[in-house]
Amino acid sequence: MSGAWADTAYLIAGVCFILALKGLSAPRTARLGTLVGASGAALAVIVALTTPHLKHLGLIFGAIVVGVAIGLPTARQVRMTAMPQLVALFNGVGGGAAALVAAVEFLRPGTAISHAATADLAAIGFTILVGGVSFSGSLITFAKLQELMTTRPVVLPAGRWLTIGTASAGVLFGALLVPWPSTALLALLAVVSLVFGVLFVLPVGGADVPIVISLLNAFTGLTVAASGYVLGNTLLVIAGTLVGASGTLLTRMMAAAMGRPLTGTLFGAFTATAGGAIGDGGGAAKPVRTSSPEDVAILLGYARKVVFVPGYGLAVAQAQHTVREVADLLTARGVLVAYGIHPVAGRMPGHMNVLLAEANVPYESLLELDAANSELASADVAVVIGANDVVNPAARQPTGSPISGMPILDVDLARQVVFCKRSMRPGFAGVENELLYATNTSLLFGDAKESMAKVLAALKAQ
Amino acid sequence: MSSTAWLTVFVLAVFLGFEVISKVSSILHTPLMSGANAVHGVILVGAIIATGSTDDGVQLTIGLLAIVLATVNMVGGFAVTDRMLGMFAKPRRAPGAEKISGSSSGSSTREAGQ
Repeated sequence: MSGAWADTAYLIAGVCFILALKGLSAPRTARLGTLVGASGAALAVIVALTTPHLKHLGLIFGAIVVGVAIGLPTARQVRMTAMPQLVALFNGVGGGAAALVAAVEFLRPGTAISHAATADLAAIGFTILVGGVSFSGSLITFAKLQELMTTRPVVLPAGRWLTIGTASAGVLFGALLVPWPSTALLALLAVVSLVFGVLFVLPVGGADVPIVISLLNAFTGLTVAASGYVLGNTLLVIAGTLVGASGTLLTRMMAAAMGRPLTGTLFGAFTATAGGAIGDGGGAAKPVRTSSPEDVAILLGYARKVVFVPGYGLAVAQAQHTVREVADLLTARGVLVAYGIHPVAGRMPGHMNVLLAEANVPYESLLELDAANSELASADVAVVIGANDVVNPAARQPTGSPISGMPILDVDLARQVVFCKRSMRPGFAGVENELLYATNTSLLFGDAKESMAKVLAALKAQ
Repeated sequence: MSSTAWLTVFVLAVFLGFEVISKVSSILHTPLMSGANAVHGVILVGAIIATGSTDDGVQLTIGLLAIVLATVNMVGGFAVTDRMLGMFAKPRRAPGAEKISGSSSGSSTREAGQ
């Protein structure tokens, strides 16, 4: 396909992407939206493959087959709990691909000298820099979420100056590429951008990682737009810009849900490390009240209103089905049951909704933050399953804690609080939770699924 | 296309991106991020065009690597988004099923929601 036909097909693909994002705005149309988006992408790839005078078609096909063989099984088999890091990984390779495309265009004989468009070189520099940051940064977010490395903020000695220095070097090399395009400078820029990506994400605390993924997603979108400009391809510009804009907005929404300014999140490690470390020491010595599954069953059986607060621990233990069974049994006995869903429960906004949907929990019993808090104030029992940071009253302190200012579910307002936890280990943000030591809190240690199964059995025996 | 024309496309797409996303339901944030992630996998188009128009070995190698990465991004991105949304599809069928088997449990969970 050539000329006007190809451009028209690209336009259709672009419209498909817009409709895809639009479709994702409502549960009813979301799946159709994805299908429309995928169709648009397929159309665009077919058009690209039929570009006149395209060389190495066999090799290109081979590379696509390899990509599909890697991407499709991974996406199909990944556990839903591990999905955020998979999205991070997919985003990272996208950023890497954009940077590589820019490198190919830069190395093309004649681009640098005869073509000599300043804007082209600037766009290439931008793509290499931002694409590199997106790639290495995403790999670090992956490592953090997969717990291949510590989820706490990592602050290198003189990290602030190192980060600022690397960022400045990146911008400088990128700017120098315009008047003096050379391969050596390009390689240097690539290395600096990769290093900066690592330095940029290392100091981000575990709980803030989703915000960074979203931001890097927007970055990748912009690099795709810049590559599109270099290649003179409107589809890439439209699609990339769409993702860049929507990703930026989504990042802001997520930061708002966590109640923190974006800059504070991204560079918070410089100030917040002390708060993160405090909780480590004395905590274990304080007395806690443990309880047995039977105790919990009695507590639940005599309650009028129970609010479940599911967290990532529930997802890891795959306890969502068991919890739903407990909830169903309580409901059948006339207990009012609801689920309080924190906006960032799990590891991403909406992640918990996906997981509970998987367990057939009725849509309407999932309460968002404000609704859940008004229920919690009159609840007899709040059962916190594998959640910690999102119910940590430390967030109410205006400063001093890495999670300061994050809106939380006020489980401490409930008459009794049951924490179902594996251990006294702090949550993902690494902050000690005072609520665990409160007098109306009881702790049910163990795997969330096993514990809930025992509670279920005890309830049935009542 | 002139630089101004490119700028026009870019600026309009920025507004479109904000506009399209601003109405997204909060429970769909994760699928949305994943869907947007899949959309930028369209860099595959750029990778194919760049790779298919070079003769140099180094550029070809870089280009093919870009194609692999971009394909992973695009195909994996759409597949995982679809899987996520597939899970949302189930509970919408479930309340319907409850109506047939008896709506007692459904109505009391709704009470709790009020």
